[in-house]
Amino acid sequence: MSGAGDTLLQAEDLRVTFPTRTGAVEAVRGVSFSLGRERLGIVGESGSGKSQTGRAIMGLTPPHARVTAAKLAFDGIDLLALPAAKRRALRGKRIAMILQDPKYSLDPVMTIGRQIVEALRAHESVSRTEARERALEMLAAVQIRDPGRVFDLHPHEVSGGMGQRAMIAMMLIAGPELLIADEPTSALDVTVQLDVLAILDRLVAERGMGLIFISHDLRLVSSFCDRAVVMYAGKVVEQVPASELRNAQHPYTRGLLDCMPRIGADRHPLPVLERKAEWAA
Amino acid sequence: MSAAVAIDRLEVVFDRFRALKGVSLAVQPGESFGLVGESGSGKSTLLRAIAGLSPVTSGTIAVNGRPLGKRRDKAFYRQVQMVFQDPYGSLHPRQTVDRLLQEPLAIHGIADGEKRIQRALDEVGLGSGFRFRYSHQLSGGQRQRVAIARALILEPSILLLDEPTSALDASVQAEVLNLLEEVRRSRGLTFLMVSHDLAVIAHMCGRLMVMENGEAVETLAALDLATRNVSQAYTRRLLVASEGFAGRARTG
Repeated sequence: MSGAGDTLLQAEDLRVTFPTRTGAVEAVRGVSFSLGRERLGIVGESGSGKSQTGRAIMGLTPPHARVTAAKLAFDGIDLLALPAAKRRALRGKRIAMILQDPKYSLDPVMTIGRQIVEALRAHESVSRTEARERALEMLAAVQIRDPGRVFDLHPHEVSGGMGQRAMIAMMLIAGPELLIADEPTSALDVTVQLDVLAILDRLVAERGMGLIFISHDLRLVSSFCDRAVVMYAGKVVEQVPASELRNAQHPYTRGLLDCMPRIGADRHPLPVLERKAEWAA
Repeated sequence: MSAAVAIDRLEVVFDRFRALKGVSLAVQPGESFGLVGESGSGKSTLLRAIAGLSPVTSGTIAVNGRPLGKRRDKAFYRQVQMVFQDPYGSLHPRQTVDRLLQEPLAIHGIADGEKRIQRALDEVGLGSGFRFRYSHQLSGGQRQRVAIARALILEPSILLLDEPTSALDASVQAEVLNLLEEVRRSRGLTFLMVSHDLAVIAHMCGRLMVMENGEAVETLAALDLATRNVSQAYTRRLLVASEGFAGRARTG
């Protein structure tokens, strides 16, 4: 579905390097992929570089780290050559990001409504009343039953699932074309997880956005995304259609799928992942 | 034979909030019993009440046939030990692994400490090379192994496990679950394990109790989960959720 004219994002040989006392550490080591208006899952374990890949696209790499790439283009715009001010205008407006835990990523001393309005007015010049109306509409779109009440609440007064919906509302209000979701449901209860995913699923489909869904959960990625990129030690080891994840070829992907306990499978002990040095090479 | 852990109509109230609303439970010696539920269901509170970390408002807890009073004595902690969820928060950051393992031995005045530390470290697959490291020099999985070693060093008969693998990667989780099963078999331990992950509980436990809002929803055998032989709607919802996103009709 991602034809040449429909490519939203293109990354070629993306690298993120952190200088340390003992030398440079490459967290992302030559990642290449392209994204159309689809749901792309990036899976891997902690330290695989999946979050740093997302942050590099968003432009949120810590200042002391270095991002290089043969190509990192969003809608034909070279992100790495872009001046900071232009990058800032892009961030939040055309590319948005949802983080893992609403407890830490929402401002604790600002009402939810004000935060959403702020996000909107940072990118569009709209009147106060219009901004408020659009924020309320957006809260309704993420299936918050009583938007008027939630608008005036502080983040600590709402549940995790509600907070994450507010966060989605805030990120989508400026109408981004690319949404990066970094473990958006890992901090939530399983049943709430599915509600939040269903909202994300519907909005992404309705608005024709591209979605990068970063997760450690292969089960979730295989059931939620169109395509999956599997990362290990800063590299892409495999790219497969998400529905084919079960039949993945790479021993790392297979091992990762295999070591999860399953209801109804009597496997004692569980198979463990035997890491091979050549996977990281 | 008396139950390893017998709980009768246990109530835990924080200020005015009833975290546990009269939950009863019996775990047999040598059994591995699971508590499943979402946040706020009271599963961790139940575990902490047994360990003496949550205030018991009413109801009784008996361990190996002996009813527990308000305070837990040393003898209790030689029978019951706990492993916590967060391997980053549960180890003292300025103590070496050796020091961490010495502490329970010193408290209980145990003489053959040297032998026990060696054995515990071997048992959790760390070896003596890790003995003089600090916890920040260890990975999450290694830290959880240290926490398990610390729990085992007093040679308890009951382990309380509060989400022991939920902070770990899937591949590391498999290793730690295998380790727990192994020590249970070799030491004949009783497990009481809390998790939000049905698959983990189904794998580790023979029986389990599903909890919601401080109440027991139902008690099942692990086999019932595999055959979908559950009677409560809430359990069914958890089962569905454990299978991943059930893709609605896709548009576009």
